[in-house]
Amino acid sequence: MPDALSAPMVVEFPFTRSLGPVQSAFLTGLRARTVLGVRTTAGRVLVPPVEYDPETAEEIRDLVEVAATGTVTTWAWNPAPRRGQPLDTPFAWVLVRLDGADTALLHALDAAGPDAVRTGLRVRVRWAAERTGAITDIACFEPCEEGPTDHQVTAHGGAFAGDAVTGIVAPARLDYTYTPGRAQTGYLAALAERRTVGERCPRCSKVYVPPRGACPTCGVATAEQVEVGPRGTVTTFCVVNIKAKNLEIEVPYVYAHIALDGADLALHGRIGGIPYDQVRMGLRVEPVWSEDGRHPDHYRPTGEPDADYDTYKELL
Amino acid sequence: MTGEFTGAPRNVAVVACAQSDHRRRTDELSEVEMLMPVLHEVLERTGLTTADIGFTCSGSSDYLAGRAFSFTMALDGVGAWPPISESHVETDGAWALYEAWVKLLTGDADTALVYAYGKSSPGSVRDVLTRQLDPYYVAPLWPDSVALAALQAQALIDAGHTDEPALAAVAARSRDAADGNAHAQLPGARPQGEYVVRPLRTGDCPPIGDGAVAVVLAAGDRARALCPRPAWIRGMDHRVEAHSLGVRDLTESPSTRLAAERAGAFARPVDTAELHAPFTSQEVVLRKALRLDDSVLVNPSGGALAANPVMAAGLVRVAEAAGRIHRGASDRALAHATSGPCLQQNLVAVLEGEARA
Repeated sequence: MPDALSAPMVVEFPFTRSLGPVQSAFLTGLRARTVLGVRTTAGRVLVPPVEYDPETAEEIRDLVEVAATGTVTTWAWNPAPRRGQPLDTPFAWVLVRLDGADTALLHALDAAGPDAVRTGLRVRVRWAAERTGAITDIACFEPCEEGPTDHQVTAHGGAFAGDAVTGIVAPARLDYTYTPGRAQTGYLAALAERRTVGERCPRCSKVYVPPRGACPTCGVATAEQVEVGPRGTVTTFCVVNIKAKNLEIEVPYVYAHIALDGADLALHGRIGGIPYDQVRMGLRVEPVWSEDGRHPDHYRPTGEPDADYDTYKELL
Repeated sequence: MTGEFTGAPRNVAVVACAQSDHRRRTDELSEVEMLMPVLHEVLERTGLTTADIGFTCSGSSDYLAGRAFSFTMALDGVGAWPPISESHVETDGAWALYEAWVKLLTGDADTALVYAYGKSSPGSVRDVLTRQLDPYYVAPLWPDSVALAALQAQALIDAGHTDEPALAAVAARSRDAADGNAHAQLPGARPQGEYVVRPLRTGDCPPIGDGAVAVVLAAGDRARALCPRPAWIRGMDHRVEAHSLGVRDLTESPSTRLAAERAGAFARPVDTAELHAPFTSQEVVLRKALRLDDSVLVNPSGGALAANPVMAAGLVRVAEAAGRIHRGASDRALAHATSGPCLQQNLVAVLEGEARA
């Protein structure tokens, strides 16, 4: 049993999201250094604003402008900022009720230390130098001297100079260390020696390749490693006519299910070394290993007579 | 398999439970390899095979391991041939239990296998959990799970509901209790440590780890045949609050209170409560919402402070509560599960054992 393999894996995606009328007005407003809230039928002002009353589910569209100053309603000192957070020096997470609002907004507070923060602290928005219409247009909050004001909210039409912000792109990145587990570690280690191994189910005796450590039919653990192939039989195939991005393979090409000799499950692979329109069910093939790779680049015909249908019909 | 629907409510019970030893890392195991022994153990306890199970339901999340559709791989451990009736929830397995309970109440099945698993070790769970937040106003700031819990803890301190020594006492009591739990990741006393995000210290936070849990449900006479003392589900309910943290009063948990009322938790006192409170401060909120006084044994397993396999820890609470009823250590127990930041979503189940001779 080789040591467990591991490799870094990054999952990264730019989530593109469209905004409704209320969120659009709020984020467009931030770009113009203006904070908008929305008034519920009961008269409460929600900041940040939402399109439906969280209590009654009524649609709400009544925008109002609130102040860029407010009061901390609770806080937490963050001594070690993490990637993506608003500040890269120690800061306080805060919920801030802006003057004129009845609910609180989550953001960061730039303060000298935890002793400089308390619930009830007066704060104001520090605007980002470059604003795009996103919650990060508020760079953070900072303490301020102004006392609480009896801020009268004013109605706001939601229109600002320039095009309204109608969507955001929120990039997300998560870092993982991938460990494939026992069965797949064995499979990958064998591939590095240009061998293909499966595992046999102790109950139904089927050999699964690649092995995942369990027989999906019996629901029991597999452990007995079995070398399969290298030759195999094309059980079914398709002709690919669309070129994939960043893939150098010329189209059309054939993508096939290949039952390696001794395996009870077909795996997938590309067929090469033969014109695409001459590939057929029953074709006998063998792997062609990539130069420095750890897996077969493709499979090519062995020149043997085709396999009889009855020998692979259960593997279709 | 399908019972005739007569209109009379059916009684459904948890009849068997199993869980893994929860560990910081399980690099040598894939998800299905970690889960399979737990599935086999729970089936062995009832003598049932996959073919005997009427409904299978699971809870997990792809974001933990960073793999798409990972629950389909885990199904390899169930044995889904011949075809089975199966469902999955992308949240804690306690909600899978709810779905299975409803399925059995309708008479569509007599038995159910419910399982949940989470491998947090491949990623950074504090960052991973930020992806479940409001994507417009909150997620772009990447506030991690400890930060959000710390905001709630400070609100409780400001309101005079707790203080740091009281939170440390919750941590100490939980980990002492976990000394008797062979599956726990953090059994026994440990220092409260430094602030992670003030006012929460290391000791106020749950361990990060990998683990799995499975339970078998059965209805009526099937339950009696499968278990000497079934843990009857007397009621179960789950409720959700507004997603925006600034709209909520973080010192209260009205969703827990309402779920408990609807589950019948206040009809008679419980003797045991297994609360899914990953942070010490959340136990303060839940005790208040559930009106638990010192007569109730809270988290004799050590709770989520001793082992918090994300997506499984809520179902583990049900398993721990049911296990005490099976063993005769409890007659009426409450199990609670949570999901989302600062106790956003809450599920309460009330379990009872029949009077012993």
